[in-house]
Amino acid sequence: MAASAGKAGGGAGAGGASAEARAGKTGKAGKAGKGGVWVVAETNPDGSLAKSSGELATLARALADAGAGDAAGIVVAPDATAAAKELATFLPRVIAISDPALKDHAWGQPAAARIAAALKDEPPGTVLAGAGPDGRDVAGTLLALLDGAVLVNATAVSWADGAASVEMGVFGGKLITTSTFAYKGWKIVTVRPNVTTAEPAASAGKVEKVAASGAAGVPAVKVVDRLEESGAAVSIDDARIIVAGGRGVGGPDGFELMQQLADRLGGAVGATRAAVDAGWVPYAQQIGQTGKIVKPQLYLAMGISGAIQHKVGMQTAGTIIAVNRDPDAPIADFADMVVVGDLFEVGKALLAELEARKG
Amino acid sequence: MKIVVLAKPVPDPAAAAERLGSDNRLDRSAAPNVINGNDEYTLEAALQLVEAHGGEVTLVAMAPASGAETLRKGLAMGATRGLLVTDPALGGSDAWSTARVLAAALKEVEFDLVLAGFDTSDGVGGVVSAAVATLLKLPYLSSAAKIEPNPDAGTVRVRRISPTGFDVLETTMPALIVGTQLLGTPRYPSLKGIMAARSKEVAQRAVADLGLSTEGGGSAGDGAVGGSASRTTVTGKRTPPARAAAKVVRGAPADAAKEIVALLAERRLI
Repeated sequence: MAASAGKAGGGAGAGGASAEARAGKTGKAGKAGKGGVWVVAETNPDGSLAKSSGELATLARALADAGAGDAAGIVVAPDATAAAKELATFLPRVIAISDPALKDHAWGQPAAARIAAALKDEPPGTVLAGAGPDGRDVAGTLLALLDGAVLVNATAVSWADGAASVEMGVFGGKLITTSTFAYKGWKIVTVRPNVTTAEPAASAGKVEKVAASGAAGVPAVKVVDRLEESGAAVSIDDARIIVAGGRGVGGPDGFELMQQLADRLGGAVGATRAAVDAGWVPYAQQIGQTGKIVKPQLYLAMGISGAIQHKVGMQTAGTIIAVNRDPDAPIADFADMVVVGDLFEVGKALLAELEARKG
Repeated sequence: MKIVVLAKPVPDPAAAAERLGSDNRLDRSAAPNVINGNDEYTLEAALQLVEAHGGEVTLVAMAPASGAETLRKGLAMGATRGLLVTDPALGGSDAWSTARVLAAALKEVEFDLVLAGFDTSDGVGGVVSAAVATLLKLPYLSSAAKIEPNPDAGTVRVRRISPTGFDVLETTMPALIVGTQLLGTPRYPSLKGIMAARSKEVAQRAVADLGLSTEGGGSAGDGAVGGSASRTTVTGKRTPPARAAAKVVRGAPADAAKEIVALLAERRLI
């Protein structure tokens, strides 16, 4: 294997010729030099670097080591300073674009306009963005502004024959495809969270502050208010452990037990669409076809049957434990352990056992 | 208000029969086609908006010719008409090509708002809408849980899902909005709606009708669209490794809890 990230590596299309041979092949790209790998970073509301951006940066370094050119990152934020410094612990070069106007404007499209302006004089390379809502907004906008090409929802990215080789699950995870680019211009890849583990570089890189430009490229969308939703829980996107419930949990009171289990395990609470539609859990915690697609190390499914709409959101979890009255529920087909029983009885017993273990 | 809903015909995920053909393109004959589930939420929002403000809803899609029948369900739900871009040369289009075709199709229609779903069940990329908005220089508002236009002022407000709640976005119309499931449960077509849909128009356009070309192979700036201009290629496919059969645990809850904890400890999850 060349540079492979994520356990889905080792599939078709990746690996093969040496990095040097491939580098030679792409070297003819143009006088301006060889395009590298660019990470579009996302920031948390407090201005720090999003966890998934550390993963993207680690992936970018692996691709650079395999012959993709230099790895670099871009942070666009109202104040990019803190996140850029953090991103530079992963990458040799980071471009920081601080634009106070972004404080009261939607982020994705204008951020992409500023990124496109910053990349204007760079030789076309590969851009890695997140596969979440913000990353998608950036990727789609860059696609148009850079006259680019895009591959989406990567679960593994390697470097082969002078281009990124991208694995993604399709048809609700029934099939994994490997795709590559047949294009010399800018190539964009959206990458799922948790496909690799963020690891800082041996030495920190340097941050270049660049003035924001490119605002004229896209129309303005103002943020006129920010509403906090009460009880907004730990984000499930990056959670290592998820305790999920469905209709069988019966109501908000039942989800208290899910929360206690999640707290004890250091995880977050997820839910099926039925529980969200019933108003017991915010939409941000919905897992499945019309909600989020997650990949935690542990998925504890409490009274969830495992219908296809839910399965597509969680089937790649590391370990899946299902508690269900029905041993023949669909989830039994893709769980590691099925506990046959009442979710409340087993849930409370599990909580007691975990607390006893903790001492 | 004039509202366009981007409504993509996709293989029905519920049929669980989706597959790639031998050319590694989506085999659209393998499963019955339906309107993409996430597009039905935005269609529902569009129908409610024209019920409140007056106006009409146009469905716009790029699909094989059979897509006209798929769009009929949207017409039965209450959309006014359909516009289908269909051309054999568009088979195997990538996201870039799709965005350019949809952007060209939108130039054929008058609108105050374009609504699109969060992503599609066959592609799941969720990047085409932002590209369409950018190509048409439309304000782009995504992850919408609520859409509140003010036709008199020519503005629209959107409640966008944020990590901690909602951001309230505001911009001028025309604009492109990407919706979510929170917009509301799609209605079922009524019998009356189904009857009315039979006589509604689904106009069809080929690539050349939109002033686009499929000649050029897809290099930067050549302006070509369609399968032969695709900038990405599928090079391989495999079935994900199956999980080993689940261990089934029966017995008293306390004993079951011990078994769970043992597995968690073995896998270093606690």
